Amino acid sequence: MTARLCAILIAALAAALLLGSSRAYAIAPEQMPTPQLEARYLALIHGFRCMQCQDESLADSPVNLAADMRRQIRDMLLAGKTDQQIRDFMVSRYGYFILFKPPFVWKTAWLWLTPGVLLLIGVIAALTVIRRRAALVASDLEDNDLTDA
Amino acid sequence: MSRFTLPLVLFALLVVVLAIGIKQSPDKDLIPSPLIGKPAPEFSLPSLTDPGQRVSSTQLRGHWYLFNVWGTWCGSCRMEHSMLLKIKQSGVIPLVGLDWKDDRGDALAFLKDEGDPYESIAVDQDGSEAIMWGVYGAPETFLVNPQGIVVYKFIGPITEQTWEQQILPRLPMGQTPAAAASS
Repeated sequence: MTARLCAILIAALAAALLLGSSRAYAIAPEQMPTPQLEARYLALIHGFRCMQCQDESLADSPVNLAADMRRQIRDMLLAGKTDQQIRDFMVSRYGYFILFKPPFVWKTAWLWLTPGVLLLIGVIAALTVIRRRAALVASDLEDNDLTDA
Repeated sequence: MSRFTLPLVLFALLVVVLAIGIKQSPDKDLIPSPLIGKPAPEFSLPSLTDPGQRVSSTQLRGHWYLFNVWGTWCGSCRMEHSMLLKIKQSGVIPLVGLDWKDDRGDALAFLKDEGDPYESIAVDQDGSEAIMWGVYGAPETFLVNPQGIVVYKFIGPITEQTWEQQILPRLPMGQTPAAAASS
């Protein structure tokens, strides 16, 4: 009985995960005339931050401003603008903050480089500790000295 | 060198980094505008008070103005309104309004009841002009100089303090009530 319940729960969870992997919308997506434009439109609106809710993308935000900005993007796509032109337009109005994936420029360099620098520090620290402990073992010291490294 | 030296140094470094982070972002709701130092967007929109007329950026060239984005649906704009009336009374700088996604009747009734601090009011019916200015929450106020360059942006209701400490010092010394009246 419990096993069957478990199986049902696991199946339900798997179904939820599968459904969740397709893009979820808090709003009904607007239709574009061609599948190519539709794909570009969806990619763009998922890449912009909603400036009012900040942790949601334009695609997921139900607020009015997000709807206005989606319309702006749709109009620009229909007018034949490239993705880069649309991104540049949004950045010129709202700053890099509107991009979920900020570009690598001088101002954002620290953002991209810090994780690498921290990883490097961690690796160096780990190597130092490992070498020191290995040396202690080799010199055949007492156990209580080992714990004191 | 004690075994505590390195962790202590790292901890001190972390404290410095976090302190800078806290100091630099007093409010995460206030995102600096990339428009500062750049030309204000060009626009030509219908006037709220006289729909036959247009309010355009070219008319505004040649003198300082405050571009104030508001709407009657916006509570903070109502809070700000008495300060806007004071600014109008001071005669230092004209206020140009952008009535953002508002109901025309509501806007006119509100101004009739509470007083109209604006020299002119442009109507942004569908919200596209607000996007041009990078607006994300009313009220927002832009200080524009005679060359049409955005000098300063303030997000939220203008207070006595904002007016005295942020806006007045950015105006040229000659910008007195008399000078403003003659422009």
